[in-house]
Amino acid sequence: MNLLKNFGRRLFERVEGGFDLAFPAEWNPFRQLGALGWFFYWIVAASGIYLYIFFDTGLTRAYESIEWIMNNQWYVGQVMRSLHRYASDALVVVVVLHLLREFCLDRMRGTRWFAWFTGIPLLWFLYACGISGYWLVWDVLAQYIAIATTEWLDALPIFGEPTAANFVNSAALSGRFFSLMVFIHIAVPLIMLFLMWVHIQRYARPRMNPPRGLAAGTLAALVVLSLVFPAVSQAPADLDTVPAVIGFDWFYLAIYPLLDVVPGGQLWLGLAIGTLVLALLPWAPPLRKPAPAAVDLDNCNGCGRCADDCPFDAITMSPRTDGAAYDTEAVVNTDTCVSCGICAGACPTATPHRRATDLMPGIQLPGYPIAELRDRTRTTGQALSGNDRVMVFGCDQSRDLAELSAPGVGVVLLPCVGMLPPSFIDWVLARDLADGVLISGCAGGDCYQRLGDNWTRQRVARQRDPYMRARVPDERVGLCWTRSGETTRRRRILDALRGQLTTAPKLKRRAERARAAEAARG
Amino acid sequence: MAKWKYLLQALLYAAFIALIGYFSVAPAYRHVDPELAMIKLVFSHAAERREPCRKLTPAELTQLAPNMRRPMECERERLPLVVELEIDGALVFQAEEAPTGLWKDGASTVYQKFLVQPGSHELVARLRDGRDAIDFNYEQAARVELAPGQNFVIGFRASAGGFKFQ
Repeated sequence: MNLLKNFGRRLFERVEGGFDLAFPAEWNPFRQLGALGWFFYWIVAASGIYLYIFFDTGLTRAYESIEWIMNNQWYVGQVMRSLHRYASDALVVVVVLHLLREFCLDRMRGTRWFAWFTGIPLLWFLYACGISGYWLVWDVLAQYIAIATTEWLDALPIFGEPTAANFVNSAALSGRFFSLMVFIHIAVPLIMLFLMWVHIQRYARPRMNPPRGLAAGTLAALVVLSLVFPAVSQAPADLDTVPAVIGFDWFYLAIYPLLDVVPGGQLWLGLAIGTLVLALLPWAPPLRKPAPAAVDLDNCNGCGRCADDCPFDAITMSPRTDGAAYDTEAVVNTDTCVSCGICAGACPTATPHRRATDLMPGIQLPGYPIAELRDRTRTTGQALSGNDRVMVFGCDQSRDLAELSAPGVGVVLLPCVGMLPPSFIDWVLARDLADGVLISGCAGGDCYQRLGDNWTRQRVARQRDPYMRARVPDERVGLCWTRSGETTRRRRILDALRGQLTTAPKLKRRAERARAAEAARG
Repeated sequence: MAKWKYLLQALLYAAFIALIGYFSVAPAYRHVDPELAMIKLVFSHAAERREPCRKLTPAELTQLAPNMRRPMECERERLPLVVELEIDGALVFQAEEAPTGLWKDGASTVYQKFLVQPGSHELVARLRDGRDAIDFNYEQAARVELAPGQNFVIGFRASAGGFKFQ
């Protein structure tokens, strides 16, 4: 399975790289698949509500009412009907890509199992929505779907009499089926919406809206498609004839041709097993669960920054239990903590400048304490040479970051760049461990650990607490948001930073400052 | 953003809508040969009970609670239906269809499809649903003229005299 994942990951990286050429990194549709799913859902819902106003249930009226919309309201009705279909199809595309990408990037373990597990039934609801929608049009395609679906359902041992008998000929058909299908086509999307809400429950600040530019471009593209190539009905259904050759929506109906070669019961069994296997993937080996973040109450002042920054809402602020003179203390939910370390990066006590006491912040990862980060940084910095030395702090997701290592460039890896307290930047420069600092994280706002890139950007820009110190010269700090494999671009950013360092005003190091202070004291 | 990037974006959007637009209706799926006709044998019918109903004796009736006294006692299980269909003298379907239900007390159902060449066909349908019948209780024949793509249904309703060709 790892081979498959690695292959998929590399494939996604390549394709995303191609899209990065055209789109700003944050607009890359592959990094917005979930948000695009929500966007398409709302388009389908809005256009569906409009269509329902004019839709008439009934054996002949259903088809006629849709034809009326298409012929008499080409300016709105035709566009709405086409948007309804095309956004539904686009929804299938982004949902399938979203599932594949999360699998390939291994974003389904730890607390993410919940989003993965609740996403699997959503697939069934999505298909139920689409298939029931096609049924309502009552054209030849609807006739085929009605017969094939009911024959398939009859393979399950739950119906006393074959439901397909309701569609055996026009004499057998009842308008009640349309009422049932309308009910299903409204109820299932509502259930789906509820499940979508459940799906994102374990994420802090879930991304439900794509960037405006991407949303506008996507909507405009769908409107153009609707005008140029409007979705139309096929010939009206006639149960006294056989639907032989049918225009097919392969996004929703790709499985139906299998019914002509595989018995319905076996297909149900295959889908059930496939669903079960998919749902259980988060627990497939290799299982790894690094130790969750741990709170040290002696150093926690209950400021709440860790809780604010946690991307999975795994930290809550609770009333103090140790009698200290603070109102609250941080409490980690070990089940939902993914050990990203972003909380440690947010902790104001995680500062490497501390000398009087051991470096023990209020919260940190037991598997990668801040003291170890300081030790690694010091060791790496002491080995650097030259006049434009750069300390690179990068996240584990950049597999090829170590390639940057050189006599003047040292690399220190973290689970997420969000784990880096901004005070480290100041410390590195003040201690003369490097002449500049480069922070390298995931590209395009698609931080593997969620939000780590965002918080880092804001901390360095001195917009989010803990801020990077004011005395740190901006020209000595670089940010680099790249994909794995984007070595050329990463090296270009590094070279640009090193170029800046050669022209930047000289830094006043700690020793120089001490000498200056002593001289001032006389 | 450079102009060529906007152009590239437009191309990618165009490719996306081309993908959506095309696969939402094409390629057409050929479910069956449009030159053929279809005959469907479809019906539900409950066969006789496996055991005949028995009239309860006065002694047996008195042993029952007053509100549960009924004149006849019937076992629930029904017989399977035996069904045959011949098209142009060839036996294309022959089956014993078991009754539905956990207690096998429901109707037996038949849902079969046969693709045939259009034109004239001699159809003979037979059904046996009784305990005592050695031969088929119902047998009906019809000559039908089928057009290409026609859906022809053979149903069954005992109260209407048996098979119905429509």
